[in-house]
Order: sequence, then structure tokens, then C-alpha cells
Amino acid sequence: MYHVVKKRLLATGIALLDVNAPAVAAKVEPGQFVIVRVDELSERIPLTVMDFDREKGTITIVVQDVGYSSAIITRMNEGDQFQDFVGPLGVASEVENYGTVVCIGGGLGIAPVHPIARALKEAGNHVISVLGSRSADLLILEDEMHAASSEVVIATNDGSKGVKGFVTDGLAEVLAQGHQVKAIWAIGPMIMMKAVVDYTRPLGIKTIVSMNPIMVDGTGMCGACRISVGDETKFACVDGPEFDGHLVDFDLAMKRLAFYKDEENQAKARLECDCGKEGGHH
Amino acid sequence: MTEKVESTKKVKIPRHEMPCQEPQVRAHNFEEVALGYSEETAIEEAKRCLQCKKPKCISGCPVSVLIPEFIKKIAEGDFQEAGNVLKIKNSLPAVCGRVCPQENQCESKCILGIKGESVAIGRLERFAADFGMKTGKSEVQKPEPSGKRVAIIGAGPAGLACAGDLAKAGHAVTVFEALHVAGGVLMYGIPQFRLPKEIVQTEIDNLKEMGVEILTNQVVGKITSVDELMENGYDAVFIGTGAGLPYFMDIPGENLNGVYSANEFLTRTNLMKGYKFPEYATPVKVGKNVAVLGAGNVAMDSARTALRLGAENVYIIYRRSRDEMPARKEELEHAEEEGIQFRLLTNPVSIEGDERGWVKSLTCLRYELGEPDASGRRAPIAIKGSEFEIPMDTVVVAIGQGPNPLVTTSTPGLELNKRGNIVADPDTLMTSKPGVFAGGDIVTGAATVILAMGAGKKAAAGIEEYLKTK
Repeated sequence: MYHVVKKRLLATGIALLDVNAPAVAAKVEPGQFVIVRVDELSERIPLTVMDFDREKGTITIVVQDVGYSSAIITRMNEGDQFQDFVGPLGVASEVENYGTVVCIGGGLGIAPVHPIARALKEAGNHVISVLGSRSADLLILEDEMHAASSEVVIATNDGSKGVKGFVTDGLAEVLAQGHQVKAIWAIGPMIMMKAVVDYTRPLGIKTIVSMNPIMVDGTGMCGACRISVGDETKFACVDGPEFDGHLVDFDLAMKRLAFYKDEENQAKARLECDCGKEGGHH
Repeated sequence: MTEKVESTKKVKIPRHEMPCQEPQVRAHNFEEVALGYSEETAIEEAKRCLQCKKPKCISGCPVSVLIPEFIKKIAEGDFQEAGNVLKIKNSLPAVCGRVCPQENQCESKCILGIKGESVAIGRLERFAADFGMKTGKSEVQKPEPSGKRVAIIGAGPAGLACAGDLAKAGHAVTVFEALHVAGGVLMYGIPQFRLPKEIVQTEIDNLKEMGVEILTNQVVGKITSVDELMENGYDAVFIGTGAGLPYFMDIPGENLNGVYSANEFLTRTNLMKGYKFPEYATPVKVGKNVAVLGAGNVAMDSARTALRLGAENVYIIYRRSRDEMPARKEELEHAEEEGIQFRLLTNPVSIEGDERGWVKSLTCLRYELGEPDASGRRAPIAIKGSEFEIPMDTVVVAIGQGPNPLVTTSTPGLELNKRGNIVADPDTLMTSKPGVFAGGDIVTGAATVILAMGAGKKAAAGIEEYLKTK
């Protein structure tokens, strides 16, 4: 039922998949996510929505091969099916006309920031997107982000494209131009989002982050995804995933992400040695 | 006269024990603990039933199973028919025979229990249901379609019982379930060693054969809403979304790695089959020393699960004494036999972590019981200065669950009480919204499987009445 309609490789190990899920596509809003399970033996993993097409009934996800489940998904082909595809989940982004806003996407985080930037632009904002990656060849969705934004600034760690440095260097460049930035969305690895909020906190610019902790059900029944926001415990799956970045305890969130590191490595190693073998996982 | 002599004799026959796996063996596997009666034992036990003219046992059953009737069939050796009789009132007998607290329900009313031991109704129910399942014969008679459609939100015990009764009445029933399988707590909560998932699935498949449509991966409140369901042609809606919101202690250290809610711990293990990692991809892990906070059935399930996952020391930590523990007596005994350690009159005040953010120890206070309060319950009082620290690797919080607000917050006009539970008419289970009914834990707060099923059946009757007026 939830089959892959279209697949496109965006960079080495990064795949874009259009998945047939009409009911989800009918309801999803920017900022929301889905939970997928490939088959009977798979785990449930959360993926932020990169795009949706209500008419075609598809949801677009972007997945990077970083562990066991993501490796399986990036290797899926057109016609392959997800056993389960649940959503939309989480609270949608608060889209209104703020004036000038900045949308920061780091690495794979460019995918989830995409629908938010587009919605903000459609709502009348001047949207400046700051895209970051380690190098030019890993930069994804550049054309899509140009279409979704008023301006695009690129930062690469090795300087192979745009500003040399991190997304915070790209943001510094935007702010140096004198824009009156009313709000910032920052989505990417935890360490990147932490760097952005540390940078914007003294400047007093409202900064929204999208948290991606470990999740199981995604409907608020287990608390695996709990994070600390302004000294209150919140469940990212139902209270978020977006939160005021200046209130999030990132150190705690990063420690919690590492809880199953050993098991993840074990599963990934098993997948690699099973590859091509008869009776393997896939 | 002869009848009376016979009853006196029957009182003296003790009820038949059900064989179990040995505690030392079962503590290390996920196979079912209780093995069920043999045919011979079932017949012997069934013959103990006095076949009362006015059976009290039925009044103790929340779904009014025709108890003497099905037991008579077992006594006669007609096991298939016994199962059929069970199914008249109960859509999930193999489940109820395993998880009901019969000692507080049907068996507590059994006349034999006054002077001797009550008939083992639960064990006989389990036997008859299992027999029916093995033979695979289910007699489905499709009723005349009524032309009415009913949507059920939540495929737990309340929703499934409601669906079963409505389908029997000829209504077109669609169940919307948020998870990827139906069953609710029967699938994610109660462990495999107490309730094998294959058995739950077989009973759910039987419901589907009766014509109940079950749609999984449907989070009502997100993908659709109660109002939309009513607009889209459903004549009535039943909300049976349960109590799936875990409570935490609100003590320092609760977000450290190694602290689970019981819901997460059991969902990873049961629903996702984490105990078979890495064959199944979802990990679940416990350290050497595991503390389970709380003393209800969920706490017992968590403790016994932790043991089977390889923990060396598993502690139940509870601030009252043994007499106040809410868990079923049988579960407590099983836990104890398997080596679960009880730290009673003890309550944690904080969880300490190491520099990597992992649980390292638990600091607790000792308690004593005060004078009985107005309700007769003795309140636990902390003993000042009694703090002590126990080394710990894993903590499972099993202090209760509240109502998940996903459905209620997306349904305007639905009256809730101050705890967030839905207010429903006690007789019809209709909510403040006409045509919308609710039952089970979402109305009562966390209770038992069979009470939820009873509520599901009651709502089905309420819906039936309501549909006649439409």
C-alpha cells in the first residue's frame, strides 16, 4: 500500500523517496513527521516530511544511510513497500507573516526545513535560507530551496561552495547585511542546532528548532522522546517536534540520542555481513 | 437429597492446579508461564461445578459469560460447544481466561468458595477457548446488514468488545487503530509469557471474519477526527483510546539514559519484540540492577520482563506495604517465585547519573504507615533522615497512566473531567456529544482488561438503542 513511487539519489548515501500515502498527504502540514516500519522485523523510525503532494497522494522523505534502518530505506527502490507509514504526527510549524525570517538547514536538515520555508514564503515572509553541508558534493535540495526561499546563502565546512565554515557563519553574513530578522528556524544535527541557539541567544532572536530524539510510537504513549525544555519535560512527538531553541537542554538531548549506540552498531554490522546472502534481512 | 450429598462432596474436592513452567526455567525465557489444563483435568474440574439454578458467578463477570452452561459442556466432553457458548458473550475468551482477576470477579461469587475452593472458571474458560482455537472451527453466521455504520477509535479490549457486539447486530464496523497492530494493551503491554501474542492475533482475526474492518496506522486526532468521521457517514462513534499516557515521578534524574516508562519498556519488548533483538531491529536493554517503581500489574510485568532480559537483581520499589500492593495475588506470587526482590515502604527521591548521562544509582527514603485515613487506607509517611542509595543501572517507572489527549483535544464539545477522562452517561456510555460514545480506561482511568471489555459491550448496547432512534 505505502509503495515508493519515485526514488532519486541526492548525494552518496542520501535518497529522496516519494511514498504513496494519500490519507497522510491530505492532512500533513509543514513541520510534521511520519513514522515508518519497513517490514515485520523492522523498528519504527521517525522521518520528517520534506514535501507532500495532496493531489498525487504522496509524501516525500529524505533519508541518509547512517544506521541499520536508514540503510535499508535508502536501498529501497521504486515499487518497494513500507509495511507501515503513520502520520501526520506532531504539531505543525506556526506559519504567519513575521516579516523577514531565516530558515537554516544543516546537512540532512535541509529536507525538513524545506516545506517550512515554502510555507513561510507563501505567507508573505521574506525568507532567507542558510544551507550548510560538509562540502559541495553533499549539499542537497539546492534548487528546491531556491524555489522555496527569497534568498539562499550556502556555507560549506571546506569552503567548496559559498561561505567557508558553518551555518552560523552563513547566518552571521545574513545578519551583517542588516536584515531585521524576526524569527529563525534551525534544523539539522543536534550539535548544529545547539550552535545556532548559542549564537542567537545573546542577540535575542526567536529561534525554533526541530528535535529528533529516539521515538517508538510517536503518539505520546511511551515518553522515549522526552526532552527537557525550560526545565519542563516534554514529549517531542506530541508537544513538538518544534520548540523554542533557547529553552532546550541540548546536552541532555545529545546524551539520550547515544543510548542505543552499541545496539545500532551491532545491527548495522549484521546488515553489512548479511548483504547479498540468501535468507538475510532483505 | 442426592443433589445435596453431591454438593457436600464437591465442596471437599480441591480445585485442580494448572501446570506451570518451573520458576528457575521460566525466569529466563519468554514462553508462556501457565501451561493450561489437560482434557482430563478440565473435565474433572468442570464436574466440580454445582450448576446452580441461580448462578451467582455470572453476576461477577463484567461481560456476563454463560458460565454454568459452558462448564457443563466441558464436563460432557463437548469442548467445541463450550467454546461456542463462551463466544456468545465474550469476543476474546482466550485472553480473558488468562488475564482476568477472576478471584475478584466470577470466582469470588462461586458458592463453592464459601466453604471450600471456588470452581476454576478462568482456567476452564482458557481451556475451552484454546481448544476452539486449535480446532480452528469458528462458526460465523453473518447477520442481516442493518445499513448502519459505526466507527470505533482504538483497537484495545474496549473497542474490540464493542466492535464484536455491533458486528453481531449487523452493523458495519470500522476500527481505527494508531499502532501497526490491533489489540492495544494486549499487544504492547501484557508480556508474551502471560499472554502469547499469537493468541491475541487469532482472536482478532476471528473478529475480522465476523466482518469487523480494522484499519491500523490511523492516528485519530491527526489523520482524521471524530467530527470528520460523523460527517463522512458514520452513524455513531465509540472512543476507546484507553489510558496510554505514562506518568513519571517528577524526581531529579528521570531523563537519564536507562530510565524507561513501563509503557516504553513493555512496548519495545512485546510489540516490537525487542527480546528477539537483533533478529527484530528494535533494541531494549537492561543492566545488572533494575528498579521498577510501583506495585501494580504493570510493575510486575515490567519486573519479570527485566529478569528475562538478563538482569541479575530486579527490585520492586513501593512506598506502602505488601497488603496495599495493587497487583493481582497470582502475579505477585509468580514474581516472587522467579526471584523478584521487594523493597517495600521505600520510595525514590532522586536518580543519580554518571558523566555520560547514564543511571548509576537510586536514592530512596524509608516509609512507615500512619493511622488509617477516612477511606481506611493507611497513608505512607516518610521517615526523616532515612535516605539510602542503591546502585542501579536501569529504572522502569510503573506508577500509572493517564488518558492520552490526542482524540479528546481534537474533539470540540466533548465533556471531560478534571483528570482529562471523558464523561459518559453511566447507563448508555453516550458522551456530551450525541452519537459519540466512550468506554474503558479513557472514561474510568486505568483499570482492567475485562472492565474495559464490559464497557465496550455496554456501549454497544447503548449504540444499538441510539441507532434505533436514527
